[in-house]
Amino acid sequence: MSDHEYTPKSKFGKWFNDRLPLLTLANHLTDYPTPKNLNYWWTFGGILTFCLITQIVTGLVLAMHYIAHADMAFDSVEHIMRDVNYGWLIRYIHANGASMFFLAVYIHIFRSLFYGSYKAPREIIWIIGIIIYLLMMAAAFMGYVLPWGQMSFWGATVITNLFSAIPLVGEGIVTWLWGGYSVDNPTLTRFFTLHYLIPFLILGLVVLHIWALHVPGNNNPVGIDVKKPSKDTVPFHPYIVIKDGFALLMFMIVFAFFVFYSPNILGHADNYIEADPLVTPAHIVPEWYLLPFYAILRSVPDKLLGVVAMLSAILILAALPWLDTSKIRSAVFRPLYKQFYWILVADVLILGYVGAMPAEGLYLLIARVATAYYFLHFLVVLPVLGLKERTLPVPLSITESVLGGSPNPAIAKNKESLNN
Amino acid sequence: MSDKKTNRRDFLFTATYAVGAVGVGATIWPMIDQMNPDASVKALASTEVDVSAVTPGKTITVLWRGKPVFIRRRTQEEIVEARSVKLEELKHPQTDQERAKDPEWLVMLGVCTHLGCVPLDQKGDYNGWFCPCHGSHYDTSGRIRKGPAPTNMEIPEYEFVNVNTIKIG
Repeated sequence: MSDHEYTPKSKFGKWFNDRLPLLTLANHLTDYPTPKNLNYWWTFGGILTFCLITQIVTGLVLAMHYIAHADMAFDSVEHIMRDVNYGWLIRYIHANGASMFFLAVYIHIFRSLFYGSYKAPREIIWIIGIIIYLLMMAAAFMGYVLPWGQMSFWGATVITNLFSAIPLVGEGIVTWLWGGYSVDNPTLTRFFTLHYLIPFLILGLVVLHIWALHVPGNNNPVGIDVKKPSKDTVPFHPYIVIKDGFALLMFMIVFAFFVFYSPNILGHADNYIEADPLVTPAHIVPEWYLLPFYAILRSVPDKLLGVVAMLSAILILAALPWLDTSKIRSAVFRPLYKQFYWILVADVLILGYVGAMPAEGLYLLIARVATAYYFLHFLVVLPVLGLKERTLPVPLSITESVLGGSPNPAIAKNKESLNN
Repeated sequence: MSDKKTNRRDFLFTATYAVGAVGVGATIWPMIDQMNPDASVKALASTEVDVSAVTPGKTITVLWRGKPVFIRRRTQEEIVEARSVKLEELKHPQTDQERAKDPEWLVMLGVCTHLGCVPLDQKGDYNGWFCPCHGSHYDTSGRIRKGPAPTNMEIPEYEFVNVNTIKIG
């Protein structure tokens, strides 16, 4: 937060700002003090904002041409691809945009895991982030249903049937979700409505996410608090704006590569076959970004427990600030946690891989081990590690860590060994 | 004196909250119930199927309430296999007699009870059905034998209207 009171220079600005302090807000956002040691892993917040805006704008345009009806949806998507001016481009941006959104959000989440950004006093930022992530999954799932291809239809069938695992009321809930006795036109129209609504809910939560961030300020790679007053921070504009902008450009190159050179590589060929309620495709797999959770679902041989395990795998993240008992935020100063962190990354990647494979034989065994490890990491490793781990001494300030020198010779020496 | 006054106000608060809660509930309920199956969906509740062309060993699949229904005319071996299974071996114990009124005809929802995929005919370890989604195996009576599905494939209400016609629903 900028500490000084802001007064607009122009007379009109002052008049306006006294009535609605928008200029004070703009001034806060430009002057917002940001730790000067932020690395490129911190640019994904801006990239995610770009992704959200891209999805909203392209989605708005697609909705002008799309028809949410079981008999016409598939054809209307082909109409967008073939007849609508630049329809192919807009749809490919929207479809690949979802994948890019998840790519960025996973980097953003794992950034937080590495640098302990979820720890006090940033728990609320983290929990809002988890809610955004859940809404993103809901939006992505419902969006994937709209083209009404085979994967749309059967993906919708499988995911809505997850609710039938709930004892007693499960079947009633599924019928209610469907608006019928199977996935059909009523399901499609309500999914379209919700798919349209959710991005705006996310937008609102993003505002809260940033608001909550601006109360304590950014975490940073060394994970210690900013000293006030000090030279630990730089104003958001122009320093972070330029850095975020450069990272965004790099990200857009990757984005454009998918859109222009392999727009269908992240999708499934089966979704170019119109939905057929009589034939299930041989291999139903969700989009890549849901695969780890799908692997967890399939690794449990019981229907209800499988669903419970899958949901717990996501919801356990919300409890992370309290499961991680370590007072040290950044993994840089936690030699053991750093190793467990990378094991977790590998574990999630393995889950993603086996989630795409048939659930049998060796794949099933691997999925079970990886699922067990996933929960072990959060429920056992993190609480115990925080109490047992011998952490490295943290620098006295951000400026000290940036300049490398230290009044304390032991810390300076340690820093050298870290750099090697 | 003051006690009495407080009680009177408490009563007013409670009454107001109660009426308010009923009002909110009555307003919200239509918003929720509108998502349940509507009259036009419910109207499609029954289907008549001509099965005269179905020979033993053949299955036809028809659509009923948006869901596939398998109508299989079973062979003698399949019937014997289905009826010789001991109930203790079953995850969801049901005799074949309960599931097929006429042993030759098996009429059931072609929907896997795990997550709703359509199982493949004449596949799997029990010569019945196999669900490709998550690997559930069903026997010749459509009973779950192996895999994540919790129950046997559902038998809808049906009756033979005449020798060649089955009415489902």
